[in-house]
Amino acid sequence: MKKLPKTINLTLKVWRQQQSEKKGHFENIATQNIAVHMSFIEMLDSVNEQLTLEGKDPIAFDNDCREGICGTCGAVVDGRAHGPQKATTLCQLHMRQFSDGDTIVVEPFRARAFKVVKDLVVDRSSLDKIMAAGGYISANTGGAPDGNAIPIAQEIAEKAMDAAACIGCGACVAACPSASAMLFVSGKVSQLALLPQGRPEAARRALNMVKTMDTCGFGNCSNHRECENACPKELSIINIARLNREYLKASFFSDAT
Amino acid sequence: MSWLIQIFSSSVGKKLLMAVTGLCFIGFLAAHLAGNLSLYAGGAAFNAYAEKLHSLGPILVVFELGLLALALIHVITGITLFVQNYKARSVPYEKDKAAGGRTLSSLTMPYTGFIILGFIVFHLINFSFVDKSDRTIFEIVRAAFVNPIYMIIYLVVMIIVALHVRHGFWSAFQTLGVNHPKYMPALMVLSVIVGLIIGLGFGLLPIYLWTIG
Ligand code: HEM
Ligand code: FES
Repeated sequence: MKKLPKTINLTLKVWRQQQSEKKGHFENIATQNIAVHMSFIEMLDSVNEQLTLEGKDPIAFDNDCREGICGTCGAVVDGRAHGPQKATTLCQLHMRQFSDGDTIVVEPFRARAFKVVKDLVVDRSSLDKIMAAGGYISANTGGAPDGNAIPIAQEIAEKAMDAAACIGCGACVAACPSASAMLFVSGKVSQLALLPQGRPEAARRALNMVKTMDTCGFGNCSNHRECENACPKELSIINIARLNREYLKASFFSDAT
Repeated sequence: MSWLIQIFSSSVGKKLLMAVTGLCFIGFLAAHLAGNLSLYAGGAAFNAYAEKLHSLGPILVVFELGLLALALIHVITGITLFVQNYKARSVPYEKDKAAGGRTLSSLTMPYTGFIILGFIVFHLINFSFVDKSDRTIFEIVRAAFVNPIYMIIYLVVMIIVALHVRHGFWSAFQTLGVNHPKYMPALMVLSVIVGLIIGLGFGLLPIYLWTIG
């Protein structure tokens, strides 16, 4: 006979906030029979079913792909962005990480630059603003260039791919004691700065993305290294060092403004 | 000029100021420690070292003014960063656990910094802006550390300086963009060693002076 999946009972201490302008508070919600094979997001689904049946307001949270690739989900669970498991998004975090009887504190990503929209949903459009300030290359239309026309060394391609693994979830900001977005920005700057296609606009990109980051109200990097430890894609702060180099190079040695 | 203002008002530029001035301070501390080690050779050696230093005349004044400028930059920028970083997390977390990066040293940078600032003022009043007409500097220093309270204040502050440098040293390299797997692990270890050298080097002196009291 097939063994039924184990279930646990939990108390969620979850942040409830009607809208940005209203004051929020923590609410304790008792949950029963949570299958340990559920993801954290599926657990929230089942809690929301229960809340809806009781005629209460379900917990608002962001999610989309549920397979750890889109960067939409995210909350601070028990004091850690995306929860206690390393290199894992909230949607890939499974309830077997928790024990029967646990009280789990669930809060939104906290940063001045991320306003709470409702409950666990935060407005991360400041990251989009930073992207719009230079996180792209301007390619002219025309015939598609030959695939291998520009040779790129394997090690360089690897580093660019590592930086490009960023899914823009904002966990780095949430985990940073100073709510700095440097790991995010450094990933976006690095993935392009490392490749020849990104070089023509590299100086302008570094200057404008940093400038936009600063005006959005993020903090300054103090090299605590919480970001790289919280990042579900394990981006390294070596990217931040590269961003610093790119920025200083652009500031002191380029014509870009 | 506007490009300079743009750099140093940016987050990366402010950290550049912290890193350069901070590394200069570490250089200064190394020189200061080397000089102070002459205390172990006795009063005559220490007085001779002080004598030699003061015989530099205007060069010493230029150095001191340079240090003052560095201090102003480091402190004003440090306060700016502290305020901005505090504001950037508008609502604190109910539960906040380390993910494995931050250290006691990294988290306390602004506080250890402020204590160092207070100490520098205290230290200058003690041994710099004092009447040296009838006593040698060795006599002044020796008399001060007879008092165990002085000894303990100096000892505690040296532990605090060691904490500041333990994060500051490697952090400054990271800020300057000097990070590569070839040497970053070594720089991280070196950061602890430099912190220890500064902490132990300066910290043992007051204990020694107190014991010879
Ligand atoms: C013996 C004197 C001092 C030395 C050797 C020193 C050294 C350093 C170094 C090397 C850094 C790292 C810079 C970086 O991360 O790029 C630093 C950071 C810092 N220092 Fe100092 N410092 C000293 C005194 C002070 C004082 C008097 C303050 C007073 C407010 C201060 C406040 C700070 C702060 C707040 C930071 C952290 C900046 C950040 O990463 O956000 N320091 N220091
Ligand atoms: S929902 Fe897409 S990463 Fe979690």
